[in-house]
Amino acid sequence: MKKLDLGEFINDFASLFNDLQVQLTESTNFKEIEEWDSLVALSLIALVDEKYGIRLLGEDIRSVTTILELYQKLLSKQY
Amino acid sequence: MANVVVSNFSIAGISACVPAQIEDNLTYPFFSEQEAVKFVEATGVRFRRTVTKGIVTSDLFLVAADDLIQQLNWDKNDIDILISVSQTFDYDLPATSIILQNKLHLSKSIAAFDVSLGCSGYVYGLYIITSLMSVSNFKKGILLAGDVSSICCNAEDKSTYPLFGDCGTATAICFDEGSKMYFNLGCDGGGYNAIIIPDSGYRNRVNVSSFELQEFGEGIRRSRINLFLDGMEVFSFGISQAPKTVNELKEHFSLNENDIDFYVFHQANLKMNKVIEKKLKINPEKSLYSLYNYGNTSSASIPLTCVVELKNKLHDNKNFNAVFCGFGVGLSWASCFLNLGRVRYLNLLEL
Repeated sequence: MKKLDLGEFINDFASLFNDLQVQLTESTNFKEIEEWDSLVALSLIALVDEKYGIRLLGEDIRSVTTILELYQKLLSKQY
Repeated sequence: MANVVVSNFSIAGISACVPAQIEDNLTYPFFSEQEAVKFVEATGVRFRRTVTKGIVTSDLFLVAADDLIQQLNWDKNDIDILISVSQTFDYDLPATSIILQNKLHLSKSIAAFDVSLGCSGYVYGLYIITSLMSVSNFKKGILLAGDVSSICCNAEDKSTYPLFGDCGTATAICFDEGSKMYFNLGCDGGGYNAIIIPDSGYRNRVNVSSFELQEFGEGIRRSRINLFLDGMEVFSFGISQAPKTVNELKEHFSLNENDIDFYVFHQANLKMNKVIEKKLKINPEKSLYSLYNYGNTSSASIPLTCVVELKNKLHDNKNFNAVFCGFGVGLSWASCFLNLGRVRYLNLLEL
């Protein structure tokens, strides 16, 4: 499984969107991205599972707002 | 983890009955045009069959079972056991299987009871009925599986309603010396509230407030007698547990990938099923689907998919082996490996 890296994770995250209008940074509130919806959330769960072997739960996504917080959530679940 | 082999039983035939009424997700009123296209693409569900007022699961069961017994030319007095798997029974009590004994004109000396399971229910049902037939020396049994989810979902809840279709199926199980079914079964009650109808039993008895419509965002309205589904939670569960149970089944019983002709997964949604296939490194051509035309049909999804997709292939007269895998509400999962060589009849009916 791939090791978590914030820069790479931001790129991963950006790849979930078809038509991203903003530049993503660690402080981006991803829930405010126009294209963000429950289907993109499913793609995020699938990506994190496939690439990092981490099982992200609905509650994990609901409890955070920025990409950095999401990244920290993943770090805390890695082991 | 429960790994079980049941010997000497096979599936002789399957009939599936769907309502004649068709709903199209592209014209579902709570989706914008763009939303509808995106939904169909991601979930793989375009059309759904939904019951008209007055029709329930057991009516679909009745049509399917009548057809199956008649076409297999079974003497009704030879049928020793009838099990219904559903979460939309006629009543809390009595059990629907008992009512069906009478409606199907089956013998009064039959064993009949209900099993409350959803998406994993068909594989559990196969395990239960073959195990009981084995210890009881029964030769013929009928397993019914299905739901009318369109009744429990609120039509104004776009997070559930457009996913589910209604269907009732009947599977004939017969004695078949030497044949084996291999099962892997499990559950995790910690996730009981990921898919739930909150006011549906005795924990929360239905009361006046159960019927109050609550708003959970645009296009999502439901009451406490409606089905709630935590999509992210279920997705996360499905992509991790479904591959796990299939891998355990294959490893425990040393199954060879080349011996598996077909995979029939519970038809959850396309996005989830594709991730599961990818994780299992399955040739996509081996995996059968009925999602586009029928949606997620709960415990009916595996037998319905067999009926729709295997009917033509049966004529090849090949001794097919299949892996069935169900996962969902409970949370619960079950997978099995079995031979379909004794299947003589597959039929799709409408009511």
